[in-house]
Amino acid sequence: MFAYIVRRLIYAVPILIGVNLLTFILFFIVNSPDDMARSQLGEKYVTAAAIENWKIENGYDKPLFHNAEAGGFYAYTDTIFYTKSMRLFAFDFGRSESGRDITADVSQRMWPSVALALPTFVTGIWVNICVALMVVMFRGTKLDRWAVLVFVSLMSISYLFYIIGGQYMVAKLWRLVPISGFNPTADAWKFLILPVVVGVVAGIGAGARWYRTLFIEEASQDYVRTARAKGLSEIRILFRHILPNALIPILTGVVVLIPTLFMGSLLMESFFGIPGLGSYMLDAIRSQDFAIVRSMVFIGSVLYIIGLILTDISYTWADPRVRLN
Amino acid sequence: MIKARATTAILAVLLLNACSDSTFNSPHPAETDDRTTYYSSFTLPPKHLDPALSYATDESVIIDQIYESPLGYHFLKRPYELEPLAAESLPEITYLDEAGETITDENAHVAYTRYTIRLKKDLRYQPHPAFALGEGGESLYVFADANESSAYQTIADFPEAGSRQAVANDFVYQVKRLADPKNKSPLLGFMGQYIVGLKEFSKVVGDIERDGWLNLDEFEMSGLQVIDDRTFTITIHNRYPQFVYWLAMHFFAPIAPEIDRFYKNPGFKDKNLTLDWHPVGTGAFMMTRNDPNSEIVLERNPNYRTELYPSSGSPGDLEAGFLADAGQPLPLIDRAVFRLEKELLPRWTKFLQGYYDRSGETHSNTRGVFDQAFVVGPEGLELSKDMQSHGLTIAKDVKPSMYYYGFNMRDPVVGGYTEERRKLRRALSLAFDVEDYVNIFYKGNAVAAQSPVPPGIPGQLEGREGINTYIYDWEDDKPKRKSLDLARSLLSEAGYPNGRNRDTGEPLKLFIDVQSQAISNAQMDWIRRKMSDLGVQVEYRPADWNRTREKLLTGNTQIYSHGWLADYPDPENFLFLLFGPESPLVCNCDGANNSSYENPEFDAKFSEMRAMDEGPARDALIAELIEMWRRDNVWLFSYHPLEFYLNNRWVYNHKRHGISKRTLQYLRIDPEDRTAMQLAWNEPVIWPVVGGFAGFIALLFPAVRAYRRRQKMTISPAATTED
Repeated sequence: MFAYIVRRLIYAVPILIGVNLLTFILFFIVNSPDDMARSQLGEKYVTAAAIENWKIENGYDKPLFHNAEAGGFYAYTDTIFYTKSMRLFAFDFGRSESGRDITADVSQRMWPSVALALPTFVTGIWVNICVALMVVMFRGTKLDRWAVLVFVSLMSISYLFYIIGGQYMVAKLWRLVPISGFNPTADAWKFLILPVVVGVVAGIGAGARWYRTLFIEEASQDYVRTARAKGLSEIRILFRHILPNALIPILTGVVVLIPTLFMGSLLMESFFGIPGLGSYMLDAIRSQDFAIVRSMVFIGSVLYIIGLILTDISYTWADPRVRLN
Repeated sequence: MIKARATTAILAVLLLNACSDSTFNSPHPAETDDRTTYYSSFTLPPKHLDPALSYATDESVIIDQIYESPLGYHFLKRPYELEPLAAESLPEITYLDEAGETITDENAHVAYTRYTIRLKKDLRYQPHPAFALGEGGESLYVFADANESSAYQTIADFPEAGSRQAVANDFVYQVKRLADPKNKSPLLGFMGQYIVGLKEFSKVVGDIERDGWLNLDEFEMSGLQVIDDRTFTITIHNRYPQFVYWLAMHFFAPIAPEIDRFYKNPGFKDKNLTLDWHPVGTGAFMMTRNDPNSEIVLERNPNYRTELYPSSGSPGDLEAGFLADAGQPLPLIDRAVFRLEKELLPRWTKFLQGYYDRSGETHSNTRGVFDQAFVVGPEGLELSKDMQSHGLTIAKDVKPSMYYYGFNMRDPVVGGYTEERRKLRRALSLAFDVEDYVNIFYKGNAVAAQSPVPPGIPGQLEGREGINTYIYDWEDDKPKRKSLDLARSLLSEAGYPNGRNRDTGEPLKLFIDVQSQAISNAQMDWIRRKMSDLGVQVEYRPADWNRTREKLLTGNTQIYSHGWLADYPDPENFLFLLFGPESPLVCNCDGANNSSYENPEFDAKFSEMRAMDEGPARDALIAELIEMWRRDNVWLFSYHPLEFYLNNRWVYNHKRHGISKRTLQYLRIDPEDRTAMQLAWNEPVIWPVVGGFAGFIALLFPAVRAYRRRQKMTISPAATTED
């Protein structure tokens, strides 16, 4: 297994370079270094000298990919792409365009993201599995058909609707919890209840429908009939036999997300005022802060790759027949 | 079972909350002392809080409470009036010749202008570790390397703090910081044109390689001189009377060398311990918490001198209650908490729930809020009944700003200075019914512009004298737009009868560059319809701001949209939008004359007006400049937006100031009234939770029955009986 993991990590390098390249190209199609300078300098009374000075001080005075003036290897290393992107592989994120240390910001902001994402994730999976199993228990009945209809309806509704609707009903009309905000103390839970509930409810449609499909497929297997013939209760059959056997596809979709929980949610954090990495990314895009954007994309890619490796490892735990080699 | 317990626990908390005397939905931690706190919000994390770097209005709302420039604005008087702030009096102005000798002859050429500024004697910095001294008088927190300072991660980690009087050299030091290219000040290029020796100083210190603090006191700038601890001079090239307004901006606030050195300690930058994030000033407030990701907290500066609430203001201020606190020592609150609130619904809801004292700046284009808050009544905009029952008050002002659609004067179709082209532009402007536009899309929350100078700024005349006679007539004591028939006739005279080119028969087609996010489809349709009244076609070229700006810089536009917010209350700050050398195509820079209006007569008179002191001669020149703008019809249309705050009933002294953001110290809050209203407005509605829980149980019961029945099912139908 160790050799497998090492091999996967080596494969990750070209993927990360590709992601970096793509991020770089996409960002600089929309923004030029001059635009970034203007955005930081405040738009008014900006002279060409001030823009040039900003670019020099922030390292954006070089060509993007190829420096014809520098000879040999330096033609490629003395460029914005190389100087800004390669340091990421040493996990040196540097400073944002406004001068803040990105590592310090990320390490501070990932915890509010986790505080929101983890309970949403765990509760969401638990609720989805329970609901799906309950529907499977009544498969073929009217309840099952109605449940599928409700799931499809729920998954067709925009995520934004759940957020705004939840805020409007629970916080504005019923005044049960604060509508937004975060307090990193023992009081944090009262700010998190609403976004967690919204996140869970918004995910039920897609999650439960998918799990139902997986469970129904397992429910028609011979071993389930055998278990039922032995006189086991339906609940025992569902939780002790069907659920473990349906774990492989569930793990495929779920484990990969675990590391990315640190990245937070753009929408949820923005609407609920949670100072996590999701809103950090959103602010960076709005203020054309390339340093933060590229760092966050890089971190996201690394975490995703870690998630994929963890998924593979989890298969060996869920199904002893699986071997990584 | 666990689920049921958890639900019961949540219900219990909510029910207890319903019976308690505090509000569970409050986003604020419970107050632990009796200090008066003001609660507000900000929508974007500030990028810069360093007075040399910051050049954004939302940042000024924070740092202008902390830093004090030599001059400021009177809180209540209108038109806006400069007054001494850190200075003891307004600067003494001396005109000098080429040899640096004082000029006594009024007509002599002025080579330099010297501003002598005398500071107040009781100007002291807030407590800060940068000023902490050891027993031998040495600075306590100066470190040789990052390891030495590793124990200090935040400002609160420094156990000792000190303070000292702000002296003249601190003001001079800050001007040097503006000039240091390493600080990337947005004013570097602009001030380089004026302050004597700034360019040279910038070159010298910019060339010095450094890894840490560079003591700028070791380098001289010829335009700066410290006379004594409380007096310094700034010398600028030529005459530039508007320079006094710059002295009222935070760019010229004092920064002590110790502060600069403290934040340049090795390793501090890696911990975000920088002046850009932890301001140190002499103002009424000091920053005690800066988490730009969630909240910024300002607290009363214990070293703030005695400043009193003004005892005079503008007509109507007494009746409005703005003078009720006259003579009271400032600030009137102890603490201000600003929370990051990016979305409109949470911000508005918290305001209505009483958790924010003011609504934040309200634009008419924040529709959700606007529609709830206002109705159009016989007297114009009025608060809706719901809002009135809340006891809200409005602080409203015509912002010294403008939005406009400008013609590119170099464009072969709409540009140019011939009479035909003027008529063409005038015809289009006549068809564009600005009053209709602001009524439909801004609920009348804007004033159609009669000139480029907004109301409240000298040079803008009220009444019949102030109207644009090319577009309006004066009828029934108000301006009335001239008829569409006149527009058609002008269009015909311009060579486009019925909107078609007289020679080719081709329809006249206009291309308008718009910023995608700044205009709606409905607005575009409306403009298209208005132009079609003349038979003119319109095609839009939407783009983001970066691309739009690129087009403006290269002149690749026909009609463009733009806006301008005043830096200072002088007509020069608006008329320079038409100054020839300010055209991006002329200066090869981000010039403000996006129309590339080039009129030698205008430029000459503008240059003359710019160097004149206020007075009738200057007013006459301003009137001539405005007349040229009207005659040449440089812009398709323009309007001045009205902007306002809504205040909860416990907020006093909330008069808006269009230029200065240093108004927090005048606000007064009645915390008892606030607490009472918060309790009244936030009684939780429990029944949906109870109902939901009951519904869940009701659903569970038949499910359990069905499950049991299913468990007892046998192959024989006869055996499937219920227990």
